[in-house]
Amino acid sequence: MSAEKLMKWAKSRKGQRCFVILTFMAVPLTLLMLFTYIPFLEMFKFSFYNMKYTGTRTFVGQKNYMEVFSREDCFRSLLLAFYYIAASFVQLGLALYFASIFCFKLRGKEVFKGLLFFPYLVCGIAIGFVFKFFFTRGFVLDTVLGWIGIPLESLPYWLKDTRINNISLVFTSIWRYLGQNMVLFLGAMMSVDQTLYEAAAIDGANAWNKFRYIMLPSINSVIVLNMIMCISGSLSAFEPPYVITNGSFGTGTYFVIMNRIAHENQRVGLASAMAIVLMVLIFIVTIFQKVVMAKLFPSDESEESIRRRRLKREKQLRKGGTFA
Amino acid sequence: MTPMMKVKKYGLIFLKYFTVVLAAFIALLPIASCVITAFKTPEEYAGTNVMQLPSSWFNFTNFIEAWQKANMGLAFRNSLIVLVFVLAGSILFSSMLAYILNRFKFPGNGLIKNLFLFASLLPGIAMQVSVYQIMYNMGLINHLYGYIIVMMGTDIIAVTIFIQFFENLPVSLDESAIMDGCTYFGVFFKILFPLLKPAIVTVLILKGVSTYNEYYMANLYLQDKSKLVVVATSLYTFTGPMGNQYNYICAGVLITLIPALIIFLCCQKQIYGGLAAGAVKG
Repeated sequence: MSAEKLMKWAKSRKGQRCFVILTFMAVPLTLLMLFTYIPFLEMFKFSFYNMKYTGTRTFVGQKNYMEVFSREDCFRSLLLAFYYIAASFVQLGLALYFASIFCFKLRGKEVFKGLLFFPYLVCGIAIGFVFKFFFTRGFVLDTVLGWIGIPLESLPYWLKDTRINNISLVFTSIWRYLGQNMVLFLGAMMSVDQTLYEAAAIDGANAWNKFRYIMLPSINSVIVLNMIMCISGSLSAFEPPYVITNGSFGTGTYFVIMNRIAHENQRVGLASAMAIVLMVLIFIVTIFQKVVMAKLFPSDESEESIRRRRLKREKQLRKGGTFA
Repeated sequence: MTPMMKVKKYGLIFLKYFTVVLAAFIALLPIASCVITAFKTPEEYAGTNVMQLPSSWFNFTNFIEAWQKANMGLAFRNSLIVLVFVLAGSILFSSMLAYILNRFKFPGNGLIKNLFLFASLLPGIAMQVSVYQIMYNMGLINHLYGYIIVMMGTDIIAVTIFIQFFENLPVSLDESAIMDGCTYFGVFFKILFPLLKPAIVTVLILKGVSTYNEYYMANLYLQDKSKLVVVATSLYTFTGPMGNQYNYICAGVLITLIPALIIFLCCQKQIYGGLAAGAVKG
């Protein structure tokens, strides 16, 4: 192609279109490749080596993966994820409960909503400190329990007693994320057509009927989303145990252990294998949840169609039309 | 209404308020205890129960001490620099990407969307093992710009918010501008970008909060804590020997909370709306 032709092409719509696509894509895709996909492939490779950040590497095959499952600390931390998963179901239940309360009339609604939500905006490290203080023997929690008549002697050491310390830490994560889940649910609930509730009320539906037959079906995609977020969050809990206990007394979550192996012991190969195992787990959980939810709610209405319908209705309203 | 129904009705209302108040109390308690402790003198802190109110609410010495010990002046300056660049970068790049993904059909469009979606499944901290290696090889460790670049990285949430917003902007807008001889760049920067304002506010808040609170990568890539400390890492000064001087720690925690609190009080509506918009469909 001659230079003249090339110039002509560049000036044409098609040329411009090509040009704008390439330039607008360049930076985001470079960053995506550089910090997500290349590291991902590298990590996959690392997981078969015995290596440090610098120095020589030796190929060890699947030995790192075997070690992930045979090392006591790794395996225990995987089991620990069940605490966090169980907690995430409690958290979702509570979030759903409070969201449906906030959906209807309530005095001081905005204030309560704000109070429940604010912890989500607090930095993880700060949360760590706050709860270390909160759970220390004789400090905040013990004092408050004292007010309602529970003597200090009958209380466990919240962070040291291995029977209860993981529950304490899990409580921290519920405290942090409950508000976020709640706001997501609330957003979906508010997008439900309010006239449906009125119609249902005329037909004699009570609060539970309204919740079960109007609200729940219209927010199930948000429920799925929240569940996925909660479970991958459970598997990747890091900051609270890192600051509060630094993984001692059997509270080392997967990431706390991985962080130790990767950056303190510098066993990059093993840490990479741990990361890959975690990703596979998250992937399986995500697919599993999608399949289950698709089975449970076959006529799943996507958020998009809800939004489109809302837009259409607004347009109609603007035209001066009434609800169809 | 029969008396039985009345009892049931008021019982339910009572239950509703009781649970909400209890939850609000639990949400507030840890932070309230922090406020109480932050105003106590060291003697008071050592001598009184943690929930006993301080003798003076104007004792700011802990805040001053914490500010100095954790080098928070520098931390806030660095955090501000990081925030400005990360936010500017990710808003610009995400909206550009969203523009071409939404407005043009080209081979690879779907693939790129899926690449971003899949990337959102990979847990950030797990990736850092090998990202560290890459950062190390590129000489990006221990520079603010290195941290800024890695934080700009992939922002699936921002891209999704912008794509959703573009869906609601009529294509006829672009077409008429093109008819008038506008280039695609002109369409984006002169016509569409200014219209994105609500979406930009949403991304600013969500990304701003997560950048401000980000600890792990800041700790990993800004290792020279005497110069490159950011707000989240400055708090970590309070571990080790200072680990039980909670009057300082609480003051430090509260200082770091203030910006988040201000943003929250100013932009509650946008935050709630933004979260819902940013919730990537699973």
